[in-house]
Amino acid sequence: MMISAWTEVAAILMATTLAAITITPWLAAVFRMGADSDGSGEPETDGWFSRSLGAIQRPLLRAAGVWHIREMTATEYGIAILLFHGAGFGLLLFLLRCQPLLPWNPDRLPSVPWLIALNTAASFVTNTNWQAYGGETTLSPLSQALGLTVQNFLSAASGLCVLAVLVRGFVRRGSPTIGSFWHDLVRVTLGLLLPLAILVGLLLASQGVVQSFDTGVDVPLVEETLTAAGEAPSTRRVVIGPVASQVAIKQLGTNGGGYFNANGSHPFENPTPLTNLLEIVAMLMIPMASCLAFGRWVGDRRQGYALLATMAVLFLPFVVLIVRFETSPNPWLAAAVPSIDQATSSEQDGGSLEGKEVRFGPASSALFAVATTATSCGGVNAMHDSFSPLGGLVTMWMIQLGEVVFGGVGTGLAGLVAYTLVAVFVAGLMVGRSPEYLGKKIESREMKMGMIVLLVPPIVTLVGTAAACVLPAEAAAASNPGPHGFSELLYAFSSAGNNNGSAFGGLSATSAFWTLGLAAAMLTSRLLTMLPLVAIGGLLAAKRTVAESPGTLPTHTPLFVLLVAGAVILVGALSFVPALALGPIAEALQPPAAGGGPR
Amino acid sequence: MTHNEPAGILADPGVILRAAGQALTKLDPRRMIRSPVMFTIEVGAALITLLAVARLAGQPGTEHPAFIAAVAAGLWATVLFANFAEAMAEGRGRAQADALRRTRSDTLAKRLAAPHRDAAIDPTPSTKLRAGDHILIEAGDIVPGDGEVIDGVASVDESAITGESAPVIRESGGDRNTVTGGTRLLSDWLVVRITANPGESFLDRMITMVEGAKRQKTPNEIALDILLAGLTLVFLVVTATLLPFSMHAVATAGRGEPLGLAVLAALFVCLAPTTIGGLLPAIGIAGIDRMVRANVLATSGRAVEAAGDVDVLLLDKTGTITLGNRQAARFLPASGVTERELAEAAQLASLADETPEGRSIVILAKERHGLRGRDVESLGATFIPFTAQTRTSGVDLDGRQIRKGARDTIQKAVTAAGGSMPAEVNRICDDVARAGATPLVVVDGTRVLGVIELKDVVKGGIAERFKELRAMGIRTVMITGDNPLTAAAIAAEAGVDDFLAEATPEAKLAMIRRYQQEGHLVAMTGDGTNDAPALAQADVAVAMNSGTQAAKEAGNMVDLDSNPTKLLEIVAVGKQLLMTRGSLTTFSLANDVSKYFAIVPAAFGGIYPQLRALDVMRLHSPTTAVLAAVAFNALVIVGLVPMALKGVRYRPLPAAVLLRQNLLVWGLGGLLLPFPCIKLLDMLLATCGVP
Repeated sequence: MMISAWTEVAAILMATTLAAITITPWLAAVFRMGADSDGSGEPETDGWFSRSLGAIQRPLLRAAGVWHIREMTATEYGIAILLFHGAGFGLLLFLLRCQPLLPWNPDRLPSVPWLIALNTAASFVTNTNWQAYGGETTLSPLSQALGLTVQNFLSAASGLCVLAVLVRGFVRRGSPTIGSFWHDLVRVTLGLLLPLAILVGLLLASQGVVQSFDTGVDVPLVEETLTAAGEAPSTRRVVIGPVASQVAIKQLGTNGGGYFNANGSHPFENPTPLTNLLEIVAMLMIPMASCLAFGRWVGDRRQGYALLATMAVLFLPFVVLIVRFETSPNPWLAAAVPSIDQATSSEQDGGSLEGKEVRFGPASSALFAVATTATSCGGVNAMHDSFSPLGGLVTMWMIQLGEVVFGGVGTGLAGLVAYTLVAVFVAGLMVGRSPEYLGKKIESREMKMGMIVLLVPPIVTLVGTAAACVLPAEAAAASNPGPHGFSELLYAFSSAGNNNGSAFGGLSATSAFWTLGLAAAMLTSRLLTMLPLVAIGGLLAAKRTVAESPGTLPTHTPLFVLLVAGAVILVGALSFVPALALGPIAEALQPPAAGGGPR
Repeated sequence: MTHNEPAGILADPGVILRAAGQALTKLDPRRMIRSPVMFTIEVGAALITLLAVARLAGQPGTEHPAFIAAVAAGLWATVLFANFAEAMAEGRGRAQADALRRTRSDTLAKRLAAPHRDAAIDPTPSTKLRAGDHILIEAGDIVPGDGEVIDGVASVDESAITGESAPVIRESGGDRNTVTGGTRLLSDWLVVRITANPGESFLDRMITMVEGAKRQKTPNEIALDILLAGLTLVFLVVTATLLPFSMHAVATAGRGEPLGLAVLAALFVCLAPTTIGGLLPAIGIAGIDRMVRANVLATSGRAVEAAGDVDVLLLDKTGTITLGNRQAARFLPASGVTERELAEAAQLASLADETPEGRSIVILAKERHGLRGRDVESLGATFIPFTAQTRTSGVDLDGRQIRKGARDTIQKAVTAAGGSMPAEVNRICDDVARAGATPLVVVDGTRVLGVIELKDVVKGGIAERFKELRAMGIRTVMITGDNPLTAAAIAAEAGVDDFLAEATPEAKLAMIRRYQQEGHLVAMTGDGTNDAPALAQADVAVAMNSGTQAAKEAGNMVDLDSNPTKLLEIVAVGKQLLMTRGSLTTFSLANDVSKYFAIVPAAFGGIYPQLRALDVMRLHSPTTAVLAAVAFNALVIVGLVPMALKGVRYRPLPAAVLLRQNLLVWGLGGLLLPFPCIKLLDMLLATCGVP
């Protein structure tokens, strides 16, 4: 079985890489990176792709009142991002609160409660997609399609805009401006995300992911059942809706907010092993392609390969670990019920199956879990709460590394570049030069912004978890005692504080503390990483470029890749090791005999 | 100035004692706040001390008062050791500053009422002299302040500033018209216009620099401080949140105690980048100090750092790349003349010629043809010295008129005397010139004997040095007044990357601008007033101390030895400074991993006994584990003081190689070294009876 599990994992990763390589030229063509010579905001070298995109984009921007695309300074770009997030937040809040007054609500679902609505609005605007509600029982199709799905597109697009600004920082010389947010936003949405989402959505629908304007169908029951009230109904209402369209962008945009409460384990969201593969590919594709496109944008493809290699170095060992952990039998189960058969055979997938879908099995559930936490997707096809302690540790740690191992669309790579700047700073000193990356000197102001990007997520995560710990009523939201309960609290704030959005599970996060606390964590973390990244782009763009020589620190070598990976691990480990020791590590080291196991 | 070896100061008990005393006075929080890392540790130390006092006074608590006191002692030690490192670095500079200050003894200056020697003298204390005053300095006087010579010629002993005992000539006009306060006139007299107000003189600046009194943080230090402050902040959050985490864990596990403040403070001091934070000022001061010991005075720490970044060096040909003078390399006879005959004539013409070129001809004749030197006078010959009119030199001997000179001069003379220049000699001259050498034609009456090839001699080992620089990514550019042909040949021989021939000050300035436009940082040396614009434009500009006031004002460093080769040393010092900073930062951060392995099992073992499995060092007890980690953290600062003062080993290697080596030594070393050290300290504590 292990052979087939590894083959499966390898095949999925291979398919992902191929997909990423395929879309790289496409992604690279979406943004124009040079200086804006004519001020029109239009590409200087117009390929057919850029031309046709421009033709679609121009009337749309004009309809929105943007007649002349003007290049923005970093401050203006940042303000535009803030305004845009504010407007998205307001619109979403309006849709959720006014649900009963709005059309396309066939089930007459009531207004979403304030706390949940605020939490959800914060969550979807920030690309986190933490879900404090059950989708099918809380939201009308209008709220799902016009509210959530739209934010799925726009939050992903703004992530890519931030990346574009950062890249322009390296490419431009002595430039006071860094591009136009409105222009970038429309181009990336129309030019990349929408066509890709249509493609993925069609593929998903072809496999049985539902896509309908109806909200439910009544199907006859195949087996007689009694309801709690003692009635024997003959039919069961099965919820359907515009699912494929939302799932496509949920995966592509590393959003992760499912249509259904069960997310990617629901048969209408992720029916077959093939859709499972497709969804993994969709999660990883744009973040991976971003690295390769980065190399093209800065005019040195090796730099892109190095960034991708850094992510791979941080990702692959954890893939191996989590697949190992999850395909191994559960020792506590074996100790409690010695007769149980957890071995792999032609009849069954072996390993730890609790909380996993049998149609995916432990190997691809584990791969999905590590991919969804490494990227900031957060959609799940298995319950991370039920993973082995160390498997759960892997998912949590991938989030805690700051969502820079693939990470969010655009923001993940931008975050890794911030790590790279800090690593370059120390390494550059070690070779006796004032540090520089891609020809730009790293000075105190870039350092300040870079440190904010690096440190806000861990600080938000730790402070949030600590707050939950000192409020016994809120800590009780964790359904498990012992270290596992602490893991549930830590995971929730890690997920929100790094804009991942996946839930460990086992946490009833509907109180004011949890909904508002997590909303605050999501907003703080998202904005306080995006805005400093834009600032770095602006600072770098204004600088002149330093000439390269053999005295320049090479930033494409395996050694440098290891150095950056080491920096990510070091900051991640040093920030979270004590907390992890009290959660998953204590749980994993617990002897099986002690008190009947951890769950 | 004495050239102290670093080992000397490190072994000097007086300096160490004084530094230890200063470590205490430096605890002043108003001063400590300049270093955010160490400031937070000092605050922590004060809080834990208060806690220890409160517990000893009978306040309730979970931790043993002795343990709290021990942790407090560890925190104080960390801060004190860091201050000690800074004081040590300053101590070395202070010794030099004291020596300099002694030369600045108050003297009575002879202030002149008018700027000429015979004006009325008004004795004025040197400290009262203002810029613009005119003074008279006579043999034996100490120069009372920096100034410009406006009249007179004198020999000056500048050893107080340069350490060089040979006297130098100072005269009005030209490029040797400055005098420096503290130097002494050996002969004659000078009328000098004072150029610096009291407290702003060269000597004052030098004293300030070596003392590090008004040291400004350099941009690179500020950036590093931000990195360190950020990490300190996150570690503060990490340790502070452990209190609620452990409270939750105790509640849910039903055993153990929440972490005490002393353990949290211990964890914090171990995680915070105290090693680099504590040594950072010492590294900066030591870098400037190394410059001073190389007899280079930088106007700011920023200039020292910039020296490490320089990637284009503009080097003057003469003195830096070549020996000062051209030397005879070959005798190239005309047809019908033997080489020996030519050599003999050349030797005769040069015997009384005291110029270096003339002497080199005599030497070559002796080496090649065994021609011994003869006394011109005993031969009855008349030496005809070089004059601007004839532009030739030679001898008249036994009716022979042997002359040597430039081709066109000899040609004119020969033609005038009715002879002619053989076409073959012209060809030889062309070949010599094309190879970058200078042809000197020798003629006996009207008979052209042949050509002496005079070559610029490239300094030994300079080509290898340039090769090293190239490997480090530094381009070398030779600046020369020679014609392009000669310049190209010397450039090729010396192995420089580029050259600027027939250099004018404007061409130099344009070249610097061009390199800067391309993103390079340029360093150059200069001494003349006409160098000043280029010096002002260059990123690192080293003015020769023998140069003019204008050059010194325009530059950001002054080389007291006036040695143009010094630029290479300056670059090395700058790089070493940055490398030391980077290496110790890496070391400091890599250290943290081991401290987790020491403290986490010790802190949480009471709550979750299974976490003791993480205690890979098998430490004696939670108490000794925490104290050993704190002790290591403090002691490593002292252990690295010599490294901070001396700088990490510097070799000119490509960046990739340097990174690999330093990462291996400081990164991997920093990761692994603490494990055995903490284990040893733990065993020591256990042996001493710590429970």
